[in-house]
Amino acid sequence: MSHDLEGAVDRLLTAYRTGVPTDPLTPDYPDASLELAYRIQQAQVDAWVAGGDVIRGHKVGLSSKAMQRMVGVDQPDFGHLTQSMFHLEHEPIPAGTFIQPKIEPEIAFVLKEPLTGPGVTVAEAVRAIDFVLPALEIVDSRVRDWKIGIFDTVSDNASSGGVILGSTPVDVRDVNLRLFGCTLHLNGDLVATGAGGAVLGSPINALVWLANTVGPLGVTLEPGHVVLPGSVTRAFPVEPGDTIVATMGGLGSVTAVMGRAAEGQAHDEKEQA
Amino acid sequence: MTESSWSVERAARVLLDAEQDVEAQTSIVAEWDELDLRTAYQVQDAALELRKERGEVVVGVKLGVTSKAKQQQVGVDSPSTAWLTDVMVLPAGEPVPQDRMIHPRVEPEIAFVLGSRLEGPGVTATEALAAVKHVVGAIEVIDSRFSGYKFTMMDAIADNNSSGYYVSGPVSVAPEQLDLSLEAVLLEVDGEIVDSATGAAVHGHPAEALAFAANTLGERGLALEPGWVVLTGGMTDAVPVRPGARLAAHFTSLGSISLSGG
Repeated sequence: MSHDLEGAVDRLLTAYRTGVPTDPLTPDYPDASLELAYRIQQAQVDAWVAGGDVIRGHKVGLSSKAMQRMVGVDQPDFGHLTQSMFHLEHEPIPAGTFIQPKIEPEIAFVLKEPLTGPGVTVAEAVRAIDFVLPALEIVDSRVRDWKIGIFDTVSDNASSGGVILGSTPVDVRDVNLRLFGCTLHLNGDLVATGAGGAVLGSPINALVWLANTVGPLGVTLEPGHVVLPGSVTRAFPVEPGDTIVATMGGLGSVTAVMGRAAEGQAHDEKEQA
Repeated sequence: MTESSWSVERAARVLLDAEQDVEAQTSIVAEWDELDLRTAYQVQDAALELRKERGEVVVGVKLGVTSKAKQQQVGVDSPSTAWLTDVMVLPAGEPVPQDRMIHPRVEPEIAFVLGSRLEGPGVTATEALAAVKHVVGAIEVIDSRFSGYKFTMMDAIADNNSSGYYVSGPVSVAPEQLDLSLEAVLLEVDGEIVDSATGAAVHGHPAEALAFAANTLGERGLALEPGWVVLTGGMTDAVPVRPGARLAAHFTSLGSISLSGG
């Protein structure tokens, strides 16, 4: 097995293509740097873009101290959001789209002005936001059983999967970013609650961190792009047929529907009912 | 085996003495298996009588085990109530009285001040909320008289739901001005965010917890009185308080409470 950049890219792209997760990368790259992990990530993004997909934003991951401790880092990580990852609210997401999906409630920032780090402040970041939307992020791992270290998740596009955006834009000035409340319902059951500040003290800090982290790499956050700052609650595994609703104070709600396993099967169930 | 030497009176005295002497006990249920729900509340009420004898005044009620997560942890499917007296009030700015507590833990809560009497059974959440005059944030500093917080539900109820102290927040808000299911709290220890939650974590909605309190007290022929404070239960998990810790609870609309760990 090849232990270079191409080897890892190939393992991850194969996992996407086949739906079969790869073994953890970390044991095969024991001394690899985070920088290599980001290059592995970038190579996959380049492949997607070459295939016609379009970058539509970024996500910040590992945005709580608890998650950072779990993978042994003291800062967040980021991944790319491409066009094909965006799914419509209430529209069933076809089963098989993901390998081992989990869902997270987030406040999505939509930019109106470019943001280029380093040196971006909270003030500048707020000014660059056009509006915010309630969002659900589907995280997924191309690594078997989510056995990820920091090298795995960064290489694997920060465990990105999908994005579902709510439909009612709200001015960022009208939202208490740190103290808005959020509830997460899975099939009607309340599974988690939280406050915006669970994300790095305030989700705006994630946007600032992202701009200042990708800036030195020559990347600007673009107008119209979506930035997901990280989850307000822990992530919850989802299955075909699940309905997930995130409700946020001042932001309304957003609903994701995980499509059933097979159309024919769903049809049969309906007829039997 | 000899017959259990436990009684309602003895259990009440043992638990109050443990509180006074700041000395942890082992489970009472382990020695007294007749300590059922009814008996546990009898112990709690007997302890309240002893508290009144020494001059304490009832100021309200607190709920425990109001979150699904906590209920699953303890293996029960409903909350429980306990008594609040004036000595349990921790004035704003005062540190956690470590010398009077065995192993304090903090929980941020949504508290109600009642404007009218609520007597169950049959009280609904809507009716309960209509009896609320205003809502305040609170930090409850709980303390169990059982070592290592190792107790059964019946032990805990007998022990007045691990009552300790509570500090009220700076803002009083009319209930109709709040969406309590989305009223959030951010809990910080030494400047680090350790947890967050909303009112929905409290028995679905804090008003549901209030209705539960009215109904469960109603079964014992008791009512919630005007002016009483009702602590509706921990929104997050309880967090241990070290001496010297700096605690803060920041609420969406109910202000911030800072508390020194003593």
